Amino acid sequence: MMSHWIIVPVVLPAVVGALIVLIMRHDLVLQRVFALATGLATAAIAGGLLWSASVHPAEAYFLGNWPAPFGIVLVLDRLSAMMVALTVALWLAVQLYAIGSNWDSRGRHFHALMLFQLMGLCGAFLTGDAFNLFVFFEVLLIASYGLMIHDGGRDRLRAGVQYIAYNLVGSTLFLFALASIYAVTGTLNMADLAVKVAILPEGDVALIRVAGVLLMLVFAIKGALVPLHFWLPATYSLAPGPVAALFAVMTKVGAYAIIRTCTLIFPPATPATGTLFADLLLPAALVTLTLGAIGVIGAKTLSRLVAFAVIASMGTLFIAISRFDPQSTAAALYYLVHSTLAGAALFLIADLVSDRRAHDRLTESLPPIARSGLIATLFFGAAVAIAGMPPLSGFLGKLLILDATRGALLPLIWTVVLATSLITIVGFSRAGSVLFWKAHASTGEPAETKDEPLAVAAVILLLAALAAMTVAAGPIMAYLGGTAAQLYDPAGYIAANALQGAN
Amino acid sequence: MELLVASAVGMMTAAGVYLILRQRTFPVIVGLAFLSYAVNVFIFASGRLAVDLPPILSKTAPGYADPLTQALVLTAIVISFGMTAVIVMMSLGAYLESGDDRIDMTDTDDTDYPGKDA
Repeated sequence: MMSHWIIVPVVLPAVVGALIVLIMRHDLVLQRVFALATGLATAAIAGGLLWSASVHPAEAYFLGNWPAPFGIVLVLDRLSAMMVALTVALWLAVQLYAIGSNWDSRGRHFHALMLFQLMGLCGAFLTGDAFNLFVFFEVLLIASYGLMIHDGGRDRLRAGVQYIAYNLVGSTLFLFALASIYAVTGTLNMADLAVKVAILPEGDVALIRVAGVLLMLVFAIKGALVPLHFWLPATYSLAPGPVAALFAVMTKVGAYAIIRTCTLIFPPATPATGTLFADLLLPAALVTLTLGAIGVIGAKTLSRLVAFAVIASMGTLFIAISRFDPQSTAAALYYLVHSTLAGAALFLIADLVSDRRAHDRLTESLPPIARSGLIATLFFGAAVAIAGMPPLSGFLGKLLILDATRGALLPLIWTVVLATSLITIVGFSRAGSVLFWKAHASTGEPAETKDEPLAVAAVILLLAALAAMTVAAGPIMAYLGGTAAQLYDPAGYIAANALQGAN
Repeated sequence: MELLVASAVGMMTAAGVYLILRQRTFPVIVGLAFLSYAVNVFIFASGRLAVDLPPILSKTAPGYADPLTQALVLTAIVISFGMTAVIVMMSLGAYLESGDDRIDMTDTDDTDYPGKDA
């Protein structure tokens, strides 16, 4: 039986988003209600899909009932179900924060854009077709352009122009890569590609290697891998706080796409590409992590500090991904979930702080902010999580990654990961003491009081999710272990597509 | 014909890359447009070049041109057109807000920029 539920996380936000633009654009309360209700419904479906993926093998949904590889397929497996569930959970928290802090009233069409963003993200995680992946990338990007410049302002618009220009170049590269892949293999269905790339004739190897590296470059732009990270600090630090928090999952789209293509289409056992991608990813990941940590200690504003912490976490993530074996992929997925939630929580806290201060520069201290104790506690918790100190899930994630990266390169990887953790801790301690402790020594009028219980609750929810990830690490790792096993045995994924025609 | 198409893609890509490395938004947008033209022709050519062959079923046709790349290139054209419109609007917004169409940014927000008082 074909389950139609797979497409609902894509269709539902798209329909409600369009309805909000058409009918409710003048009524903020209605927009909030409908957006939240859609989010909750999508979350319920994502939960059902997660359960379904954990007990059933990979399942395909054929759009228009066209058989693969001729039509477009969506594929639900453990990885895509997990990413959809993570996206919806984060989206709900961000939405709560945006409503609680009134960010959504500072510009128009916030909720519609958020819903289109959710649609693009869910679609990118679910699709089983490489060209359709490009289309969903564009959907989530065009929504993110609108969200990025929400509330306007000179610097935000200028950063937005840079962000769009960078991503348009990325999209062009994506198209070049897809066209080269199509020219070599004659297909764009991912399962069909997996079959065809494995038996590629000798003469086509060079072309597919070029196409594969182009594809990795595109995903590296999304994942902010050095040297393609330049768009991230300005974009994330100048975007509205809740939008930056949602963008924490956008970098993970790049990580997801690399995991997907490198386990399905270009697994290390394929003679055409071999360990090409692992060899390219590891050095880039180590440099990314180092650069992120240096950025954390050198950042002059709180939001740039968080942006560089996100870059550092992407570096850690890509170190684990570049190993391409089941154990390190499971560790990478745990760290992926953790770093998404922790990065988002930090962006929201940075927004709470900068909303209550005249500026968010870390070079001078200002009088204490209202509710300084509560916000300082939240900042402390999120900083502990992202720096990877016990007791929160960042520590477990880094421990799993260190454990999985035993081997010839152990001294190098462990040195970089541990040294950058120390630098990150120093950077966050310095920021925390300037923001919250030195504030008591400075004179001047304290900033205005602001009570935003819903916004604070959203941050607490994210931190509670991190704590729950720590407590439930056993069951979560069991699920992720199964996910990694499924990724490295793509026969089920290919069988779900029921490929037609001569192979 | 192969030489003609290949050199057209190459020249448009070269022109696009040169232009997106400029400092002002207008050349950058023109460069992005050049790049998207180049990639559109490239996608079209990835289904192999064919002269006088129909892409749809026909009883008298001696052979077929690949119809899929034509569908792909339509999608790509629509998306790149929309994206170009977005970046034009955004650049105009940025230009009107800051009185400057430079694409690079300085780190701090207090620096002077031309046209600040305009």
